[in-house]
Amino acid sequence: MSAPPAAAEAVEELAPGVTDAERRADRRVLRRRATLPYLLLAPGIIWLVAFFIVPMWSIVSTSVETGSTDTGFELSWRWANFGDVWHNWKEQIIRSLEYSVMCTVFCLLLALPLAYFIAFKAGRWKNLLMALVVAPFFTSYLIRTLAWKTILADDGWVVHTMNTLHITPLLSGMGWTYSDNSVLQTPFSVVCGMVYNFLPFTVLPIYTAMEKIDPRLHEAGQDLYASAWATFRKVTFPLALPGIVGGTLLTFIPAVGDYTNAAMLGGPKTRVIGTVIEQQIIGTGGNLPYGAALSVMLMVGTLVITLAYIKRAGTEEIV
Amino acid sequence: MSKNTDALAAGGVAGDLRLVNVTKRFGDFTAVQDLTLTIPQGSFFALLGASGCGKTTTLRMVSGLEEPTAGRVLIGDHDITRLRPYKRPVNTVFQNYALFPHLTIADNIAFGLKRRGVKDVGKPVQAMLDLIELSHIGSRKPNQLSGGQQQRVALGRALINQPQVLLLDEPLGALDLKLRRQMQIELKRIQTEVGLTFVHVTHDQEEAMTMADTIAVMNHGRVEQLGSPTDLYENPKTTFVANFLGQSNLLPGKASGTVGEHVQVVLQDGTRVLIPAARNHAAGEDVIVGVRPEKVSIHASADEVPDGRNVLTGGTVVDTSFVGVSTQYIVKASGCDELGVFVQNDGAQIFRPGSEVVVSWDPSQGFGLDGKQDIDAGAEADLEAAS
Repeated sequence: MSAPPAAAEAVEELAPGVTDAERRADRRVLRRRATLPYLLLAPGIIWLVAFFIVPMWSIVSTSVETGSTDTGFELSWRWANFGDVWHNWKEQIIRSLEYSVMCTVFCLLLALPLAYFIAFKAGRWKNLLMALVVAPFFTSYLIRTLAWKTILADDGWVVHTMNTLHITPLLSGMGWTYSDNSVLQTPFSVVCGMVYNFLPFTVLPIYTAMEKIDPRLHEAGQDLYASAWATFRKVTFPLALPGIVGGTLLTFIPAVGDYTNAAMLGGPKTRVIGTVIEQQIIGTGGNLPYGAALSVMLMVGTLVITLAYIKRAGTEEIV
Repeated sequence: MSKNTDALAAGGVAGDLRLVNVTKRFGDFTAVQDLTLTIPQGSFFALLGASGCGKTTTLRMVSGLEEPTAGRVLIGDHDITRLRPYKRPVNTVFQNYALFPHLTIADNIAFGLKRRGVKDVGKPVQAMLDLIELSHIGSRKPNQLSGGQQQRVALGRALINQPQVLLLDEPLGALDLKLRRQMQIELKRIQTEVGLTFVHVTHDQEEAMTMADTIAVMNHGRVEQLGSPTDLYENPKTTFVANFLGQSNLLPGKASGTVGEHVQVVLQDGTRVLIPAARNHAAGEDVIVGVRPEKVSIHASADEVPDGRNVLTGGTVVDTSFVGVSTQYIVKASGCDELGVFVQNDGAQIFRPGSEVVVSWDPSQGFGLDGKQDIDAGAEADLEAAS
């Protein structure tokens, strides 16, 4: 790594009478200055190569292998693996997307008023409320999800109340549950668990964006003939949009691949792409290339959806 | 959207802005107390006072951003006390402008019209951009503008709605001195041009005097005195107004009868001075004699003083500061410790500190205040406001 030539020249020009020793010392200083940024970057780059580039290559190459657990797998560049997995599990792939879109939408509907309230109306309770939003993270993800099994149990008070209010028949009528007195092992219970688990990821970025909005802008909006709702649509929402985009992505991306909720709160009819991948790779499916192909498909699909979404949100207001 | 268009907002009512017995309390704190004001239609009205005197709260009750604890707010005969802010024919120029950062200048200005369901906003917005002389940068965002330009956008955004009353909350506070003077003239010009009622809140007495037709000096949630700038300056009724609006020399004394149209006051050291009876606001015999520094003359000896003037003898110059247009003296004389004297720079002799002098003023230029008040009221408030 050599010193930038322009800098070295400048030194010679500025000081015509310098000795060779001085010039060498000067070059050393410049060289060190040029190397330092790369040294600081090195740990991050090594980390990325070891835990992102290498696994990435490994999973992509595995996805085009053929063979069986007994004979071993070998790289045969069989791209048809992708066609096979789409054909075999397109139901689960589509279901994953459905669940994660639903989860994202419900999270957003809950997070917007919640973040708005905490940012603008909570006053001195602001920090406490934010702590409460984050509080669930102090318990393990698995245990929290397991707890929902108790909450939504057939003889629990939640289902009882829902029965009394005739919500359960409504849900089963909509196809979100499968019977009138039970909600577990259905898309409803899975999405409930997902919404609960991902809500903080939606709330935090939206809250951060809203907190930066000058409350006087609301007053200005109201002063300029905009009702509270119009002020929200025309002032608060567009200003909070970066946070909304961030929050929905932080929810949607992990939600597509999530299978904990589907496995613990769902049943045979709620299997998602994550469930299949797990089964193929470490479970009873035993087809490593199929699992890898599904993973690659999931990653690329999510990436495409995310980019399209960012492009749309970035160029125009999504309203 | 057109539901937001109210008969009021469309300019259905007109008339004077009236506040009737308005009180606003925040918990135990009374921000505005039993305030009754009538602001004539088309006038430039200033609410002047130090921070915390209730002037901004008063303004916010007119805009609807605060609701009065008691009392009523009316425009003409229309009671707007309980009307939501977005239904009032009133617009505000906010202290820090509160421009919408995500909208361009043109969209900021069009905001009010669009919310009221006006279909074609292009033409009025262009006309307003021309009026505030920002047509060339209508497509920029607020953060790309200088403070003065943002100020004009805030003004244009409010003015375009042609409100019955335009409220200005310390609109020039964030500008530097030169720009502030320029905008003061500009604001006054626009007000005369559009003929709307302007209610201007400020702590800057010079700003209030430059622009307003009528000034209400507020203190502790009450109006201390209301009048034209000249009236307030020449004839203050309380020590607060005398100290807050410009500077005053205040000399305590006791009334001792009348001489023609004047009241004679004996100062603490026995010196007798006259004040116009019409300008004596003291109820009892305790009187504070007031005179503005620029009305006081300074002389080398008592012989030079023309007849018929109030004279304080035995003076010593304590401090002299030459500021160009005038020389400002602080004189210690009989009856007072610190008398301010501003002498216009007409080439007369400048007295050095320590010089023996005599000071005098025309009796018609003095005023009398009730001696039972705090003589320093408003002096600190003025300092605080100036800082």
